[in-house]
Amino acid sequence: MQQTSTTFRTENLSVFYGTYEAVKNISLNFPDKSVTALIGPSGCGKSTFLRSLNRMNDEISQAVIKGKIWIGGEDINDPSTDVIQLRQKIGMVWQKPNPFYKSIYENIAFGPKYHGVKNKKELDQIVESSLRKAALWDEVKDRLKQSALSLSGGQQQRLCIARALSVNPGILLLDEPASALDPVSTSKVEELIVELKKELSIVIVTHNMQQAARISDYTAYFYLGTLMEHNDTEIIFTNPANAMTQEYISGRFG
Amino acid sequence: MKAIDERPVGIADNPRPGRFKKHHMEDFAGRSYTTICAILLIVIILSIVYFVASKGLATFFRDGVSFSEFLFGSKWDPDGNHGEPQFGVMPFIFGSFATSILAAVIASPLSICASLFMTEIVPGWGKKLLQPVIELLAGIPSVVYGFVGLTVIVPALRDMFPGQGIGIAAGSIVLSVMILPTITSIGTDALSSLPRGLKESSYALGATRWQTIYRVILPTVLPSILTGVVLGMARAFGEALAVQMVIGNAPHIPRSLFESASTLTSVITLDMGNTVMGTPHSNALWSMALALMFMTFIFVVIVRLLERRNRI
Repeated sequence: MQQTSTTFRTENLSVFYGTYEAVKNISLNFPDKSVTALIGPSGCGKSTFLRSLNRMNDEISQAVIKGKIWIGGEDINDPSTDVIQLRQKIGMVWQKPNPFYKSIYENIAFGPKYHGVKNKKELDQIVESSLRKAALWDEVKDRLKQSALSLSGGQQQRLCIARALSVNPGILLLDEPASALDPVSTSKVEELIVELKKELSIVIVTHNMQQAARISDYTAYFYLGTLMEHNDTEIIFTNPANAMTQEYISGRFG
Repeated sequence: MKAIDERPVGIADNPRPGRFKKHHMEDFAGRSYTTICAILLIVIILSIVYFVASKGLATFFRDGVSFSEFLFGSKWDPDGNHGEPQFGVMPFIFGSFATSILAAVIASPLSICASLFMTEIVPGWGKKLLQPVIELLAGIPSVVYGFVGLTVIVPALRDMFPGQGIGIAAGSIVLSVMILPTITSIGTDALSSLPRGLKESSYALGATRWQTIYRVILPTVLPSILTGVVLGMARAFGEALAVQMVIGNAPHIPRSLFESASTLTSVITLDMGNTVMGTPHSNALWSMALALMFMTFIFVVIVRLLERRNRI
C-alpha cells in the first residue's frame, strides 16, 4: 500500500466493556483518500472499533481502550490529546439520520459556530459548500430556514454528512450510513462517498456486501472482535485468503 | 384431509345456530364493559362541573354580584361585618398566581439541573441516588409540608426579613419543594428519551459536554420541560392545605412577600366550615371553586399546545 498509509492507523487496538473484550488486538491502516469498509456479522465489534477511532467510547463509562490509534504521528488516546480538537478532525455519521431539531441552516452552521466562526458571510459560505459537497444544496437552497426534520430520510442523512463536513475533517467515519434508507437515497449516499474520498479518508461499517464491493478500496472482515482478513476490496471479493471470509461475503455464513 | 371433507369449515358456519358466535359475544362484552366505564367517568366529571357551575354562578345570577365586582374587587367581606357585604376575590386570585408563579420560578432551575444531573452528568449513581429522593418528595403528604414550613421556613423568614414570616414567600418556598418532583420527573423522562445519536453528533462535531447540553439537548427538550413546569404550576395553584398553613390568610393584596396573604384554595378550605349552604357567602366560595376549575382547564390547554409543538 501507499506511503501515506501510516498517517491514520491503529496498532494492537483492544476495546473492553468491563471484562468483555469487544475488539481484540487490531492493527489496521487507513490509507489517505480512500474508502475502507468494515464488514462482518452483527456483534463482531466493527461498530465499537469505529467508535473508538474518534473516542466516542469515552461516553461509555465501562469502555476501556488498549493499544494505539495514530493520526499523523499522534496517539489520540494520549492524555495530552484534546478530544474536542480531535473530533473536529474526524467526522462521524450514524445509521439513523439524526439532524438537530433546528433549521437546515442551523444544523450545518452549528459546528463552525462552536469553533469560533462568527462572521455571517463566512458561515453562509460554509453552509453552502458543505451542502454542495453532500449533493444537497440544489434540493434545499430555497428552504434553508425550514426545520431539518421536514426533509426526507435520505435528505436528512445527507444533511448529517454535510454537517459532519462543515468542520472540515480529514477523516469521515460512517456507521451503516445507508442501511435505513431506500435504494434511491442509498445510491445517492454511495455516489457521495465515492466523490468525498477524493478529499478525505473514509471508514465505513456496512452490512451490505454489494455496497462494500461498490464503494470501498480496502475491506476488513471482522469476526468476534478479531480482524480475520484485510486487503484490497477486489481481492477480498474475488479471492479471499480466509475460508470464513469467503463464506461470509457469499452469504453462506453470518 | 378427510376431516375437512366430512365437516367443511366455512366463515358462515355456526356451531350454535340461531345465536351469536362465542368470540363475537366476548368481543361485544369487552367492548360494552369499557364503554360503560368510560361513560360513567364522563358522567361523573360532567356532573361535578355542572354542580360547581350551578352553585358558583348563583353568586352572579341570584345574589346579584357582578362579574367585575367579583373578579376585580379588592374587598372581601361576605358576611357584611363592616356594612354592605363585599365579594371581591382579587386578593385571592393575586395570591394564587403569585405563589404558584414564584414556586415555579424557584423550582424550575433546580428541577432542570437535577434532571440534567441524573441523565447527562452522572447517569450512574446520580440517578440511583436522586431518583428515590425525588420519588419520596412526591409521596410526602401536603400537611407534612405545611407543618415543616410552619416550623422551619416561617421562623427563618421572620428572622431574616421584616414581618411575621408568613406570607407569599413562605407559601412559594413550600410549594416549590412540592412541585420539584413533578418538573424533575417529566424533565428526566424527556431527557432520557432523547435519541442517543443527537448527543453523539454534537460530540462528534467537537462540541464540549456543556455546549451539547446548552445548545442541543435543552432546546430540543424545552417544550417537554415547559409542560412539566406548567403541570407543576397547576399543582401549586390547586394546593390548599400546605399553603393555608404558612400564608397567613389575610384577605388583602399584600405589600410585600412577607406579609400575610391568601389564595383561592386557602380561603375555600378556611371558610367552608363556617358558611351555610345557599347563603351568598357559601355561593361566593363556589364561585371561587369555579374559577379554580377554569384555571385548571387553562393549564390543561397550555400543556396540550406545548405537546403539539413538541411533536414538530
